[in-house]
Amino acid sequence: MPAKGYVEISMEGCKGCGLCVIHCPSKCLELNTSDTNSYGLHYSYLAKEDVCIACANCAIMCPDAAITVYKKVG
Amino acid sequence: MKEGYEVVYKRPKTLLDKRMHYCPGCFHATIHKLLMEIVEEMGIQEKTVGVCPVGCSVFAYDYMDIDMQEAAHGRAAAVATAIKRMLPDRYVFSYQGDGDLAAIGTAETIHACNRGEKFTFIFINNGIYGMTGGQMAPTTLEGQKTTTSPYGRNVQKLGMPLKMAEMVSQLAGVAYAERVSCNTPANTRKAKKALKKAFEIQGKGLGTTFIEVASNCPSGWKCTPVESLDWLKNKVYPYFPLGVFKDVPAVKEEV
Repeated sequence: MPAKGYVEISMEGCKGCGLCVIHCPSKCLELNTSDTNSYGLHYSYLAKEDVCIACANCAIMCPDAAITVYKKVG
Repeated sequence: MKEGYEVVYKRPKTLLDKRMHYCPGCFHATIHKLLMEIVEEMGIQEKTVGVCPVGCSVFAYDYMDIDMQEAAHGRAAAVATAIKRMLPDRYVFSYQGDGDLAAIGTAETIHACNRGEKFTFIFINNGIYGMTGGQMAPTTLEGQKTTTSPYGRNVQKLGMPLKMAEMVSQLAGVAYAERVSCNTPANTRKAKKALKKAFEIQGKGLGTTFIEVASNCPSGWKCTPVESLDWLKNKVYPYFPLGVFKDVPAVKEEV
């Protein structure tokens, strides 16, 4: 099934709390545990690009408003 | 943005493009975001005045692109009263934590609610003094360990946690009192709805509106942000139930 949408996560804005990861219904987000941003924090990223359904649950949960959600038109 | 896609969700413009100083996973930042989304949606950026407390959210004026005023510790309700009386057409809210609203500022809060001052209280209740290093607050749960109650809160000596939303809902001046939380996307959406309703009631001038947020404090509770959601669900909500405690506009519509 082709992806219905995708998310952009600001690497520097993310604090690595993981609230987006546990609330993603399609489990497409992951916390990058091998790399850190300039603040020394792990950041979450879109690991499985083809399963995002653009529900925006991650963006609603993100305390730091670091996530932008895009949905396919039509 | 890729071609053929539309934006479903983006950071509100009213929330300044700054990195907030809150710990990872703190609901303070979530509530800042929700508030600014509401201000943007209602188009009241020029007409909104916020009052900051002393506590973790003392720098809230750095993040919100609206008029803000800093108040002395616990006195945000008094300052908000003055602003609302001088500028009755503005949307005024006081943004306070539990150390500010429920400890040092209890008198100001209760009397502002009793007088029915027509502004909105936003009360962030995380059951601990986060900024000063995790001391016991009036809203700390029974048996909860903090740096000043290392064996857990003893309710024989210190009393039971203070239920502010229930307390103020008994006062005649209060038009709307609700407790919300942000532990799941559904609850976060409900929290936004409640905040928006409070602003709308304030716009109609029906009385004081009081929104309590059952918040978390991963640093003070000594757990990860994800574990703090479990603590909220298992320990906090049984004592501080979510829901509407008073809704005068709805009652009036029914009659």
